Amino acid sequence: MSATPTLWSSAAALVARDLRLLWRRRGDALQPALFAVLVVVLFALALGNEPAMLRAVAPGVLWVAAVLSGLLALDTLFRGDAEDGSLEQWMLSPVPLAWLVLVRTAVHWATTTVPLLVATPLLAELLGLPRGQLPVLLAGLALGTPLLSLLGAVVAALTIGMRRSGILLALLALPLYVPVLVFGAGSVAIAAQGHDPSGGLLLLAAGLVFALVLAPVAAATAIRIALN
Amino acid sequence: MSQSVPPLLAARGLSFTRDERPVFGPLDLDVAAGEALLVRGGNGAGKTTLLRVLAGLLEADGGTVAVSGTPVVRAMRAGTMAYLGHLPGLKADLDAARNLDFLARLQGVRATQDAERALALVGLSTHAHLPVRQMSAGQKKRLSLARLWMSPAPLWLLDEPYANLDLQGIELVNRMVRAQLDDGGAALVTTHGAYAAPPVRTRELLLERGA
Repeated sequence: MSATPTLWSSAAALVARDLRLLWRRRGDALQPALFAVLVVVLFALALGNEPAMLRAVAPGVLWVAAVLSGLLALDTLFRGDAEDGSLEQWMLSPVPLAWLVLVRTAVHWATTTVPLLVATPLLAELLGLPRGQLPVLLAGLALGTPLLSLLGAVVAALTIGMRRSGILLALLALPLYVPVLVFGAGSVAIAAQGHDPSGGLLLLAAGLVFALVLAPVAAATAIRIALN
Repeated sequence: MSQSVPPLLAARGLSFTRDERPVFGPLDLDVAAGEALLVRGGNGAGKTTLLRVLAGLLEADGGTVAVSGTPVVRAMRAGTMAYLGHLPGLKADLDAARNLDFLARLQGVRATQDAERALALVGLSTHAHLPVRQMSAGQKKRLSLARLWMSPAPLWLLDEPYANLDLQGIELVNRMVRAQLDDGGAALVTTHGAYAAPPVRTRELLLERGA
């Protein structure tokens, strides 16, 4: 065990802790992915006799399912650590709070959204999405969902001072989520029309780079304010 | 202590206001190495707030805080201050050893310490693999004390360290504070009662309600 924590040792400790906590509550961990599956399956059942329409709305439905399941998972990002005082101890670490926030958000994304990404090809098949559009959809989700998580981290950090933030969290996050949704679902639609979808994807990538740098700092500041 | 050595902790004109209502200050205080400052006051007098401001968890409205003569910046607090607050910062789903290990890796460990000895000191050796969920409030406090014991920080900020502890626990806190002061450290201890002051060189700060 090293005497003074470094960026990497603290990140490793936090990742190990979060994975252990997740394992203790593995039932809860799959909830966001199951929720997304539920949304998609209900759409497929409701529009089952109109395969052409289902195929047309498939990218939108998959993106909406991903956004909604992300919102559902957002409340668990910092709430537990705020309620038991862990965040106070994070603030007293020599490692920047923003770094710990980034690591926590990354683990949260990997554990709540990656299962959904893995399930996406199956869900796309269920909705009858043309296979040629699947790579664009997956690329959009791979760039867009971490961006959603980072934007969500700022909002979640702002609301940790509140007892029950449920719908408020969703209302605050939604305007930030809309552009991601528009470019993500839009890029698949553009690909479906036979055009080059890389414009929307590059915008998502640029947004992700921006958010990677700025969102942890903003979220760390929000945590400091919210814990006052 | 010679005059040339700056005190471990020095606050000048420190004040804090919440919703336009002054909570404490302006306040001047010095805590030298080897010294304990007992912060006394009734409920709501601002003891916890003072400790949180010193720990950097709250932003002071005015005044300065210096550690060993250098004004503190955020990153420096971590290496010099350890904070024991009302919330233990323990994960209920993990056992005592895992919690301690994580916090130690987050905040650093004194070179001469390890988790096993710290757990033995606070009397939790046999409970190392008990999930924190199943621990009593006193046992959680003891686990937090173990974290404090491992911390490399010379300055301890202890908010009501005696709460929830049995007589042996109170004796344990006193022993730990004494060892910390002998080691060249210092401690700020808040308490609302007159009981159980550590038997060391102690000064008192009495906070009273209102401005």
